[in-house]
Amino acid sequence: MADYTLPLPQPTILHQPMWDAFKQHKLVVQRCRACDMMFIFAREHCPRCWATDLEWYEVSGRGRLYTYTTVRQPAHPAFNELVPYVYAIVQLDEGPRLPSNLVNVPLDHVHVDMPLRVVWDDVTPEFTLPKFEPDPDGMARRLPHQTGAARIHASGVPAHTPAPA
Amino acid sequence: MDKTLRGKGAVIGIGELRPMRRRPDRTGIGLAAEVAIEAIADAGLLKEDVDGLITELALGEPAQLAEYLGIRPRWAHGVNMFGATGAIMLPLAVMAVSTGMANNVVCVINTPAGDVLPGMGAPNTYQANYEFPYGPGVAQNSNYAMIAQRHMFEFGTTQEQLAKIAVDQRFNAQANPLAAFYGTPLTLDDVMNSRMVSDPLKLLECVMPTTGAAAMVVTSADRAHSGPHPPVYLLGAGVSIEHGIPPAHAIKMVDTPVKHSARQAFQNAQLSPRDMNMLSLYDCYTITVAVSLEDAGFCKKGEVGDFAASTDFTYKGNLPLNTHGGQLSFGQSGLAGGFSHVIESVRQMMGRAGDRQVPKLDFCFVNG
Repeated sequence: MADYTLPLPQPTILHQPMWDAFKQHKLVVQRCRACDMMFIFAREHCPRCWATDLEWYEVSGRGRLYTYTTVRQPAHPAFNELVPYVYAIVQLDEGPRLPSNLVNVPLDHVHVDMPLRVVWDDVTPEFTLPKFEPDPDGMARRLPHQTGAARIHASGVPAHTPAPA
Repeated sequence: MDKTLRGKGAVIGIGELRPMRRRPDRTGIGLAAEVAIEAIADAGLLKEDVDGLITELALGEPAQLAEYLGIRPRWAHGVNMFGATGAIMLPLAVMAVSTGMANNVVCVINTPAGDVLPGMGAPNTYQANYEFPYGPGVAQNSNYAMIAQRHMFEFGTTQEQLAKIAVDQRFNAQANPLAAFYGTPLTLDDVMNSRMVSDPLKLLECVMPTTGAAAMVVTSADRAHSGPHPPVYLLGAGVSIEHGIPPAHAIKMVDTPVKHSARQAFQNAQLSPRDMNMLSLYDCYTITVAVSLEDAGFCKKGEVGDFAASTDFTYKGNLPLNTHGGQLSFGQSGLAGGFSHVIESVRQMMGRAGDRQVPKLDFCFVNG
């Protein structure tokens, strides 16, 4: 672990609870207790109703590949020896989207909309990264974008959106 | 009373440097001063006539450049709206000259001189906690690659259709001696066979960072005929922000705020996309042009693939687009890259585009 050379997160007071939850292998997003809005980008205020009564809410860890790219020229040189690898935007079943990596899948098996589930990468004693792998049970679930994409706002959806079947 | 900016101000002078990979013998502020002086002379004005100044916020802060040039503006502004900085300077300047805050506003954007360094600066808190641990590509490559990937998934857009935009723009650059890639033609095969940098984006679909600078002079309608060149009037403008840079937060990643800003610009101008004789669209990547064409209303959402394949975007074509080569072939000198679209539009509207002059040019659409 000590030789982990890739960039580590730099939590502010706003992000620390998220990284604490990830360390316990709990995938969390922020949720507004006043209006049920869920979102990824940590804030002090709900982007929909501006309430400040926010909580970290554990989600299912399941989602779909919203889009991806195969990185061959990384921003950070430490990634150079890992290319090519998949950098992805995952749309969680609960609605919010987050950047991550796909693992345990050959490059030529990756396709937009494939079902995914979270796997945990304990990269250092302090930090665990949520990554995603193909979800063999995922084909039966409805697609997030078929369950009301129009209601998605600012990378989140209201938590009262019907749960994917 | 018309509360819009329609016809209330005009560009009467321009100045622009050829983008270069490095300028070890120059300073950034020296580049800014050079294009400002060129634009003021081009407008037929004297140093004493300039009483307004707009610069990019970063290097050429208004006070620093005013002091360097020995001018004393009575109205000044620093602005940074990323790639849209150059485009937004035009309505900002017209707001100033149409309200009497200034008579003649010079707008300037420059880069540092020296060497152009690829890559990114220190990550902000969003990047540090959500992006950098997972290894995004250099600059904005991954973000726009993922927009392209999603567009291909939703609408069946092909890599060849996107690559064709780069080919047409390079054709245009062959008639622009200022373009960084002047003298270097390009075929569709060249683009398709260029190195993949972030699938599906290939090297020749991405901008090349350069050093450079550009400037323009904006004056009020009642002064617009004072200079040696035909004035180019602003007829309408719109601005829209929907989300920050990370496209993960877009409501739909294949949509851009251009759909809102373009609608307002056309409304103010009392014109429609069909009235436009040429386009200058921000082009950090080919996909950026593609989604802007859709959202500005030049084709329907999802249909840009076929539209691009069947439309001649060259200066000789049925819909001239980025006739200077766009940033893809002109070079991206920092935020002056997005300014190049405004400068080229003005040059064309004044009838000064030389071999690449678009005939019968009444109206031009620019975005940033």
